[in-house]
Amino acid sequence: MDIHEYQAKEILAEYGVKIAEGGLAYSPKEAVQRAREISGNIWVVKAQIHSGARGKAGGIKICRTHNEIEAAAEELLGKKLVTHQTGPAGKVCSRVYIEAGTDIAKELYLCFLIDRSYERIVMVGSAQGGMEIEKLAETNPDAIKKIYIEPAVGLQDFQARKMAFALGLEAAQLSHAVKTIKGCYRALRDLDASMLEINPLVITGSGELIALDAKMSFDDNALFRRHKIAELRDKTQVDPREVAAAEHGLSYIGLDGDIGCMINGAGLAMATMDMIKLAGGEPANFLDVGGGASAERTEKAFRLVLADKGVKAMLVNIFAGINRCDWIAEGVVHAVKNIDMKIPLIVRLSGTNVKEGRRIIAESGLPIIMAETLAEAAEKAVQARNEMVVRKGGRSGNSN
Amino acid sequence: MAILIDKGTRIIVQGFTGKIGTFHAQDMINYGSNVVGGITPGKGGQQHLGLPVFNTVKEAVQQVGAEASIIFVPPAFAADSIMEAADAGIKYCVAITDGIPTQDMMTVKNFLRRFPERERMILTGPNCAGTISPGRAMLGIMPGHIYMWGCVGIVGRSGTLGYEAADQMKALGIGISTSVGIGGDPINGSSHRDILEIFEEDTETKIVVMIGEIGGPQEVEAGVFSKENMSKPLIAYIAGLTAPEGRRMGHAGAIISSVGESAAEKVAILRDHGVIICPTPAAMGKTVAEVLASM
Repeated sequence: MDIHEYQAKEILAEYGVKIAEGGLAYSPKEAVQRAREISGNIWVVKAQIHSGARGKAGGIKICRTHNEIEAAAEELLGKKLVTHQTGPAGKVCSRVYIEAGTDIAKELYLCFLIDRSYERIVMVGSAQGGMEIEKLAETNPDAIKKIYIEPAVGLQDFQARKMAFALGLEAAQLSHAVKTIKGCYRALRDLDASMLEINPLVITGSGELIALDAKMSFDDNALFRRHKIAELRDKTQVDPREVAAAEHGLSYIGLDGDIGCMINGAGLAMATMDMIKLAGGEPANFLDVGGGASAERTEKAFRLVLADKGVKAMLVNIFAGINRCDWIAEGVVHAVKNIDMKIPLIVRLSGTNVKEGRRIIAESGLPIIMAETLAEAAEKAVQARNEMVVRKGGRSGNSN
Repeated sequence: MAILIDKGTRIIVQGFTGKIGTFHAQDMINYGSNVVGGITPGKGGQQHLGLPVFNTVKEAVQQVGAEASIIFVPPAFAADSIMEAADAGIKYCVAITDGIPTQDMMTVKNFLRRFPERERMILTGPNCAGTISPGRAMLGIMPGHIYMWGCVGIVGRSGTLGYEAADQMKALGIGISTSVGIGGDPINGSSHRDILEIFEEDTETKIVVMIGEIGGPQEVEAGVFSKENMSKPLIAYIAGLTAPEGRRMGHAGAIISSVGESAAEKVAILRDHGVIICPTPAAMGKTVAEVLASM
């Protein structure tokens, strides 16, 4: 789960990381009010969306007057910002963060994340902050310092000092740097964060160390024990279909194609989507119904897939282990009868009680296209999709 | 010889008396696995499914000689159960539980590393379907009847995609020595590479199929290992050709977060390391048949 910059900064401030003075606003008037409460005569209005690279997308505006702040907030609030991380759909900005302008002398980079190879938390830093770390890794990998943290003992002062020196900090800044670095580590460790990135961490003209931006992601599996973090979830930043899916214990991700999918198991779901692509089609979604798919859950899954009006054919691929094909078949028949489907449905069942499952579908009299193998299922789905397109014309405004 | 589990391997179930534990314990017994008891703290001394219930894993090791364990404990307590098994001297543990926090798994792995290698418990999972040595023992939740006994080793992250592979092979009359699910989480007990190492030593296994997916470094590490250390052919399929970057595809570990983690990149690297690439998930059986025919 991702959170907003202002939320991450509030957390970091509690862990002793210095941040600039700032306040949150939901309206242009509120934005001006926040600016009045903040000292100084230069402010930054920052769009709060779950994405990096907001600056390039026009999501960060430097203002010198209250009028400029009002105008900036007016422009950003309610607007969809498209960055290279949000995808073409963009993310809507419903809150802005007003921050005191910072006198930047130098921009640094600091990040903590879980390294899957080493199975440890790794601290990554660079004296060349502000730019994307991925690009820096390509152009100048030597400028990036990595320090691995032993899980049983945690981050030690000497490691924080090592990082501070790698960041090019001076002796006078050392104790504050150690406090900042250790604070970040503790925030990550205490709150089950999977990633914490400060880009840039800046040295101000007066030599202070400030987190000018902050990004935190949390382990979804740990939210059951991090109630305060779970409350920070902003549903406006997530595809509403994904939110609806999660409420029913389904895992859904919307994609750009037009063949809807319902599959059990994440690996089989990805493989089935691959097969659709190899057969010349494009999947409209990833949807894992998981084990124990009841009739009710199956219907919910159908509704979710069909809510995407661009879907031209739907493919159900179930390999029953704990599930049983006859249960799934009953769920499918039930869903199709309840929903009044207007697009072709291809069903492939395999595994436990497969004969019984196929019989239920055959005897239902519904126009369901059956497939025996994964390849056959994908081919039939693509074929049915193509026939639909010929009959009804292509997806409007879409090059598919 | 199979790997990890065989006929007679003495198995206990952690989270034995719960609904899920009960269901799958019965299923494993029906398959012919040698289940010798289970653990539910506080219910020690009772009988369940006609088998003894113990308070601690240690008691099960001492009293019924438990060697392998399977974990159905809820996510919040699963890491603790895994460490208890390791401490009690269990040799092989499968963690089925889905949803264990990543930092808990970091702690588990760190705990396991404290044991000298010879005494260290092997862990597979969490968030996996388990391990099966067809016709001999099942330590998992898979539909046992789709697996046929033979000479192909399977290691994979996904449960149902592993079933798909076994099913395609069975349709062609090809059997499996052992199929091992390593799970879909970012930090797991054993990597693809760890399991390849065991398959390489196994006399029954002639070739190995690795079913990988997007995200993480493990498939590439396995490719490097196979090139440098394996005499047996390795066939690989990597799922997630259509997966967009930065999106978690169901499995907590299936997310493309850095260079080399997409399906196309992994396939290219594996091919460079001499791994036989299965071009589509529908061709897993056929690719294995071709490799077997050429041996």
